[in-house]
Amino acid sequence: MEAMKETVEESLREMRDTFASGRTRSLKWRKRQITAIYEMVKDNEDKLCSVLFQDLGKHSTEAFRDELGHVLRSATVAINCLDKWAVPKQSNLPLLFFPAKGKVISEPYGTVLVLSSWNFPISLSLDPLIGAIAAGNTVLLKSSELSPNASAFLAKTIPAYLDNKAIKVIEGGPDVATILLQHQWDKIFFTGSPKIGRIIMAAAAQHLTPVTLELGGKCPTIVDYPTISKNIKSVVKRITGGKWGSCSGQACISVDYVLIEKSFASSLIDMLKPTIRSFFGENPKESGCLSRIVSKQHVQRLSRLLNDPRVRASIVYGGSIDEENLYVEPTILLDPPLDSEIMNEEIFGPILPIITVRDIQDSIGIIKSKAKPLAIYAFTNDENLKTRILSETSSGSVTFNDVMIQYMCDALPFGGVGESGIGRYHGKYSFDCFSHEKAIMEGSLAMDLEARYPPWNSFKLSFIRLAFSEAYFKLLLLMLGLKRSK
Amino acid sequence: MAATAKKVFGAAEASDLVNELRRSFDDGVTRGYDWRITQLKKLLVICDNHEHDIVEALRDDLGKPELESSVFEVALLRNSCKLALKQLKNWMAPDKAKTSLTTFPASAEIVSEPLGVVLVISAWNYPFLLSIDPVIGAISAGNAVVLKPSELAPASSALLAKLLEQYLDPSAVRVVEGNVNETTLLLDQKWDKIFYTGSSKIGRVIMTAAAKHLTPVVLELGGKSPVVVDSNTDLKVTVRRIIAGKWGCNNGQACVSPDYILTTKEFAPKLLDAMKHELETFYGKKPMDSKDMSRIVNSNHFDRLSKLLEEKEVSDKIVYGGDKDRENLKIAPTILLDVPLDSLIMSEEIFGPLLPIITLNNLEESFDVIHSRPKPLAAYLFTHNQKLKERFAMKVSAGGIVVNDIAVHLALHTLPFGGVGESGMGAYHGKFSFDAFSHKKAVLYRSLFGDAPVRYPPYSRGKLRLLKALVDSNIFNIFKVLLGLS
Repeated sequence: MEAMKETVEESLREMRDTFASGRTRSLKWRKRQITAIYEMVKDNEDKLCSVLFQDLGKHSTEAFRDELGHVLRSATVAINCLDKWAVPKQSNLPLLFFPAKGKVISEPYGTVLVLSSWNFPISLSLDPLIGAIAAGNTVLLKSSELSPNASAFLAKTIPAYLDNKAIKVIEGGPDVATILLQHQWDKIFFTGSPKIGRIIMAAAAQHLTPVTLELGGKCPTIVDYPTISKNIKSVVKRITGGKWGSCSGQACISVDYVLIEKSFASSLIDMLKPTIRSFFGENPKESGCLSRIVSKQHVQRLSRLLNDPRVRASIVYGGSIDEENLYVEPTILLDPPLDSEIMNEEIFGPILPIITVRDIQDSIGIIKSKAKPLAIYAFTNDENLKTRILSETSSGSVTFNDVMIQYMCDALPFGGVGESGIGRYHGKYSFDCFSHEKAIMEGSLAMDLEARYPPWNSFKLSFIRLAFSEAYFKLLLLMLGLKRSK
Repeated sequence: MAATAKKVFGAAEASDLVNELRRSFDDGVTRGYDWRITQLKKLLVICDNHEHDIVEALRDDLGKPELESSVFEVALLRNSCKLALKQLKNWMAPDKAKTSLTTFPASAEIVSEPLGVVLVISAWNYPFLLSIDPVIGAISAGNAVVLKPSELAPASSALLAKLLEQYLDPSAVRVVEGNVNETTLLLDQKWDKIFYTGSSKIGRVIMTAAAKHLTPVVLELGGKSPVVVDSNTDLKVTVRRIIAGKWGCNNGQACVSPDYILTTKEFAPKLLDAMKHELETFYGKKPMDSKDMSRIVNSNHFDRLSKLLEEKEVSDKIVYGGDKDRENLKIAPTILLDVPLDSLIMSEEIFGPLLPIITLNNLEESFDVIHSRPKPLAAYLFTHNQKLKERFAMKVSAGGIVVNDIAVHLALHTLPFGGVGESGMGAYHGKFSFDAFSHKKAVLYRSLFGDAPVRYPPYSRGKLRLLKALVDSNIFNIFKVLLGLS
């Protein structure tokens, strides 16, 4: 641990010196680094698919779709847009201040810390890294120990591609994180659970370090069966893909549970079952298309959720667990009790509760009774329901008639609210996330107004009052002596 | 309204208060445009009808001259209300966002939604401005809000409580008076946002408390705002603006007060002479008798400032002023020349009528002096030199930079006002206030038609190729794959 402490201090010193040297301010340098990230991913596609398979059993297509492709796109957008993003924003100033000028410059915070997660260990590391670099910071990345192969890859390969006096990787678990958090950072970006998010924020508070916390929550999926029944096949495929097709439900924006009117639940379940089979075959464990659970601990956690007898009684599909092989079968529950553990914590696994309601409008009340999630999904063509969802619920995002895909839309901010997080990123929001928006105002030394200065008198008071209310004509009258000062 | 006896405010009351406001919020009281406009109009009425009461309260609490109260508190607030009233419809309208080929067909927008129940903790130096301006933001954004004014300005605190209770909707806007006990009780509650103006030390306490509930914060703190004065400037205008910005703004007790001056050894004597001359013009030969300056807020701060002056190697550097009157809480405008850089007065935010001038061999050295200290809320430069202006704006990290003037950027609603590092996080004023109290919810509308099998398992090489092409959003690649040419 002592050695680790020294490594951290040394790294911080070096990164701060690099930042102070001004090297990272150059747009050319930033683009070169981001291009290097792009190349690193492209050059090592096979190796990356391999580590993701080792850590999570991800199929290479899933790995590409959810991680590598996302990073490549993110890097491309940053390289193409950086010049535009870095341009200062001019501000219009009121006439009173003429000929003053105002603008806002995006300035890097300095030396930032990115703490990433195990479920998308490549994209959740590299995407924030791209943002931090685009904004001109030096950055230390701590990858998750629960995805050791991905973590080792990043620790070994990033130094080979990137400027390692500015961008560093450190591996390790909570003990390393604790050491890191004792130091002062200019910004901390964390992806993980709300519980750890609290610890991060409290540690950041000691140094007044701003934070972005990408957390999670129970992302509900409303299925307004009657209004979308014509396209039910698409709906079911999207839900199935959104639940089990992406890291086997271990994603912050996974479909956590479904809400549907009681009379349609069995129709939905009857379509989900064959869809699961068509995606993952008769034996999903052998399909190669279903990720596995990350660790024994998480398998045990999911096991525990199913062990509640009332929950077990609600299993209508799946339910088998192979702890040794880190496998939990795609499982569907029908109406587990709302007060069960599985309905009160983020599932983060391949278990899908279907909660029935008398009227689909009631689903809004259920969603509101829980913490604000990262995403709300709703399959519906009822405009009233859409309006109610938008105005009566709160979540990081809302997606109508699809799931997960908002992640790929880089014109949309990606982030949570309440328990699901603070701050946002993706696209330009990543650049902004790691920037301080510095206001610059330039006044003129010519054109000085006597009325600005003491000693005060009623003329000056009247003058300033009128100036502030931008009553320029009255101001003119005052100055010409045609208006009495109060 | 009949005066009520001071009620006990304990843990139960704090909890009840938040619950009541949360019920109002959940009932939708604060969401509608009409409610927000009504409250804002009432705030404007307060400014218009009670300016006299406000001026009196500020005279009681701070000995603030009428002009300062009228201009820097009431007039600024009036403008803030009027701006919100005029722009609210625009601010509330969703922003359209661009979608990409990967998410086609879809439309996307960003919807501003209130965070919920928010807490505004304000400061004693501009008790009306720093209370009501954030409240304007909170209300515009549709939140329920509790205001906790500072007990160090008791007449203002009482007047705020009375006026807000009299004019605003008590089911959603409340004032809690009190000291650290009440503040602590409030901080134990769960808020959807906390907006704090005050010291960095308490800022840490606020953020630590907020971390328990993952509550996002805006912290408007302070710091030592440096003023760099180049010999290549208009001396008279420079000096008048510095004086008005320092002693003319609550007698140096402002977060963006010019804290210390940096100039060359060569120029310092001229600068000092000009300052002495203008100080006499503004405040007369006996500044202790001048009615145009606020007094020191209380004996604690008086003693604190005295101590700064009494330090060895500092007391002999006084070149102007230095008179003190504890009974009347007055300290004369005081200038010091070349106090040691490690003295107390050069280590903590002065927040009073003392102005050290530090002389350097050349102006370049000022960057190091500023850089060696925590990032301030504002940094000022007076010069005609265009290159120097540009370098200063780029190199100096501060909440905001003002060239050739002091503090005026506070009045500009088109520039974000906030700190960085020790001087704070987040920003407000104008639309930035509305944004500070809003959650920007991403909304994606997708069509159920046109589903791409490429999204779903079982995965094949063809699907992978198509995905790669989609990610590149390169239309030619996509066609190539679809036509089997790749």
